Amino acid sequence: MAKTAQPVSASQWFLGALSLPRKWRVGPGPIIAAIVLTVIVLSAIFAPYYVPFDPMHMESTKRLQPPGGEYILGTDPFGRDMFSRVVTGGRISLLIGIGAAVISVFFGLLIGLVAGFFRMADAIIMRIMDSLMSIPAILLAIALVSLSGASVGSVIIAITIPEIPRVVRLVRSVVLSAREEPYVEAATALGSSMPKILTKHLMPNTMAPLIVQGTYICASAILIEAILSFLGAGVSTETPTWGNIMAEGRDYFQINPGLIFWPGLMLSLCILSINLIGDTARDLLDPRLKKREA
Amino acid sequence: MLGYIIRRILAVIPVMLIVAIFVFLMLRLSPGDPAAILAGDSATAAQIEKIRTELGLNDPLHIQFITWMGQLLQGDLGTSLISKTGVVDMIANRINPTINLALMTIIISVLLAVPMGVAAAWRHRTWVDYLVMSFSVLGFSIPVFVIGYIFMAIFALGLGWFPVQGYRAPTEDFFGFLLRAILPSLTLATIYVALIARMTRASMLEVLGEDYIRTARAKGVKENSVLFRHALRNAAVPIMTIIGIGFALLIGGVVVTESVFNIPGIGRLTVDAILARDYPVIQAIILLTAGIYVLINLLIDLSYTLLDPRIRY
Repeated sequence: MAKTAQPVSASQWFLGALSLPRKWRVGPGPIIAAIVLTVIVLSAIFAPYYVPFDPMHMESTKRLQPPGGEYILGTDPFGRDMFSRVVTGGRISLLIGIGAAVISVFFGLLIGLVAGFFRMADAIIMRIMDSLMSIPAILLAIALVSLSGASVGSVIIAITIPEIPRVVRLVRSVVLSAREEPYVEAATALGSSMPKILTKHLMPNTMAPLIVQGTYICASAILIEAILSFLGAGVSTETPTWGNIMAEGRDYFQINPGLIFWPGLMLSLCILSINLIGDTARDLLDPRLKKREA
Repeated sequence: MLGYIIRRILAVIPVMLIVAIFVFLMLRLSPGDPAAILAGDSATAAQIEKIRTELGLNDPLHIQFITWMGQLLQGDLGTSLISKTGVVDMIANRINPTINLALMTIIISVLLAVPMGVAAAWRHRTWVDYLVMSFSVLGFSIPVFVIGYIFMAIFALGLGWFPVQGYRAPTEDFFGFLLRAILPSLTLATIYVALIARMTRASMLEVLGEDYIRTARAKGVKENSVLFRHALRNAAVPIMTIIGIGFALLIGGVVVTESVFNIPGIGRLTVDAILARDYPVIQAIILLTAGIYVLINLLIDLSYTLLDPRIRY
């Protein structure tokens, strides 16, 4: 039987041309997650230009107003507009998430490369990392913040330190398997310098898993910031973050659950989207991982 | 075997030693004068000096460390800066609610998560699987205190099934304890269930593809028995490992949950210590939780041979 080409309608052709290459195709979940995350990020970045009230302005006659009317989400115990605070709060929360992800990936990569490449350093570095991992991340972060004072910078550092060992482990395991590859042996035989082997041959292998790990760290950092603030060890309440808005609302939770619900919802949606995007990135970037975990 | 056990136990020593060094240095190397940080913003020079002598901060670093380690090895974790009582006593007074809460959480989590993971793997790529996986992603994304408040709003304030907050010791009123501990345990369990269910599913999926599962089914073994006797037993090692690793997560959650539900345990002690900058207490709690974490993971490592006789050292 002769092979006949299927007639392609114009609309089908158009859709086909628009769609991504097969290996980049994803289900509706990650796309919705990406849209939600984009909306949250943009709403946070542009918050100062569109919020109806100054998020810090207290109106003592309008404390704990119910949602609706002038105040879309009502007001907090100090008479500040909840809507303005929730969208503005995303700015610092996201900054902390991204900051913690970038810094921990950077230092984790550095330490992990050294641990994976130098046998001598490996044993010592990994013992230190094991010890750091045995301290619950939240407790370690709490202790660090309570010692260094609660600024955005110190909160980022306090969240970063417990995350670094996880990155180090990941990078080290990638380097350990990559250094046995023939191309690394060839590079060594050709007399490539050690920094060149590290950066040109070993580092590229770590990029895909690091992107994935970075998204997970970003999500968990936003979560830990919220917990730190909730416990009273977070960023000072002069700058709203999702965490400290909830912390201030907790005593009034029974009067107006929205004080915790709205920032909690934004925070959860944000973390959920980042996690879903991370899962998708993992599946796309590293098919081996998918096979192992599925 | 005995050699392995001894080596594994000895491996705990360097880890705990590094944790101790880290905790020791954290205070000394923090930016600024530790005595001034601990004294607070409104302290006078005399108060700062007093704290400095109390903590021995005027001695050289190595002398401070040796003194501190010596006390530590004798079980002396120092004295609270605020209440002036021994930290060991403070922890001993507060540890029971936390242990009860943690135990109840672990029991609830395992009872919920393992069947969930097994069901998800058994009905791979059906709605059961997707439901379990969605729950798992959700569990990782909602902060534990938000979950706590949601449960409180629905089951305590809305339906009135449980008291809103509080704690009762199980020794004096077991039913009262259960009634008050259910919501906090469920709150804490959410993230733990998400973690364990995920791992159970992954581990079961691997095992269910094995030949001996097909053999068992072929000879007519009941499906329940295939899943729980043949598959789950072989999938148990990674599940146990994640239960151990997840313990760190549980401790973090305890601190938060106790303050949501007003339970007078270690978590509340931690929060009070942070607010008062009572560093000896924070230090002791970190050492204690790291020690428990290392111990639990040691026990789990050693239990592998019991779970899976194929593992020999």
